[in-house]
Amino acid sequence: MEKELAARFIAKRIAGDLKPGYLVNLGVGLPTAVSDYVTEDMDVLMHGENGVIGLGKTAFDIIKKTEGKDKKLVVQDDLVINAGATKAGISKGASFFDSATSFGLIRGGHVDVTVLGTMEVDEEGNIANYMIPGKRVNGMGGAMDLCTGAKRVFVATYHTSGVSPKILKKCRLPLTAKYAVDTIYTEMGVFDVTDLGIRVREYNPEYTLDEIQAATEAKLIIDENVTTTPTHYFENL
Amino acid sequence: MNKVVSIEKAIENIHDGATIMISGFGGNGAPHTVIDALVKKNVRDITLICNDSGTLDFGAGRLFTNHQVKKVICSIIGPNPESVKQHSAGTLEVELYPQGSLAEMIRSGGYGLGGVITKSGLGTLVEEGKQKITIKGEEYLVEEALKADFALIYASVADTVGNCTYYGSAHAHAPSMAAAAEFTILEVGNLVEVGELEPQEIHTQQVLVDAIVLRGGK
Repeated sequence: MEKELAARFIAKRIAGDLKPGYLVNLGVGLPTAVSDYVTEDMDVLMHGENGVIGLGKTAFDIIKKTEGKDKKLVVQDDLVINAGATKAGISKGASFFDSATSFGLIRGGHVDVTVLGTMEVDEEGNIANYMIPGKRVNGMGGAMDLCTGAKRVFVATYHTSGVSPKILKKCRLPLTAKYAVDTIYTEMGVFDVTDLGIRVREYNPEYTLDEIQAATEAKLIIDENVTTTPTHYFENL
Repeated sequence: MNKVVSIEKAIENIHDGATIMISGFGGNGAPHTVIDALVKKNVRDITLICNDSGTLDFGAGRLFTNHQVKKVICSIIGPNPESVKQHSAGTLEVELYPQGSLAEMIRSGGYGLGGVITKSGLGTLVEEGKQKITIKGEEYLVEEALKADFALIYASVADTVGNCTYYGSAHAHAPSMAAAAEFTILEVGNLVEVGELEPQEIHTQQVLVDAIVLRGGK
């Protein structure tokens, strides 16, 4: 699957697993695209780690609101940004708060789902996505707290780095969190981390199960419950 | 007490080697006018406590471009290539914390607590060399409180004694920073008279603010 299409497919597939009433936190990068497939009727609330519940898609509504109050205030500092520090809008019923409250909501188990990108993930649910020693130090941002506190940790990632598998027997990079990941979504399918290892829940029929195993370092559990991804997830991407 | 002063007056005591907290998230909600003045004054060897190292030439990022930061305590440096470069070259010391731990470490510093007891960072490099304690059978990591000589924060609206209201997603660490520093400088977009803000819309209380400057100077 071509890379951009893959990103949109992964995002749409994840959106399909978000249930009404969920408070959802989207990480930077590929996970951000999930919001493109979350519609108002899904009744899902978006959490921004910088202090927002009810993040929307465009900055339009908040710009309008701010202009009404005082024209001098139309600068970015008075607007709304998402975790990627780009302009975002808010939905009705949204609220703003500080970082301490925001991470209290995260650690306290009030966030139902966090969607994170990753460099590596392994069969124990360990995740490594914040630094490559001697090469690149990014910083963990909110990821460690999200892995610790969110009720469910979803990983959104391309199945391989293009060179090597990302789903490993054991992470080699410094961990962001231990035993944290619940489900991995890639262009090849949906993979649940279980006590016995990584179980294939469903797969993209563009690939065979043998091809998927070949692109994965961890040994996959494939049982009689495995299905192919419903066709509607491939439509209107 | 009216705390509105000139930018020069507000920063006159900020010295080389000071520990400074600066508000903002990716540079948004940062006190840009005060940062400009710090760049102009060229205060050196700063220990900076902030959410992230900003982006190139934006927010606290400007202090890295001008080589004014000796050490940064934050949760992300990736988006600012200058901070990454200086860290790789060994000229910038970096202490990274999970963002939620950082938020509570700052808050603890301001509100009389010794630190934070959290699970964030357990089983990772973050726990190295730190105390761990067990409460009701569960393991936690101890992260110590943070304090600073100065906090530089921004709010959209404030009155002349320092009561202020943050707009949009611009709170971030600002309310905690205001409490955690010896001297807090509040940069404000729109200054109003005392009494114009409704008591219930005040996010940070006047007692935590020591000096007020207007965005853009004057």
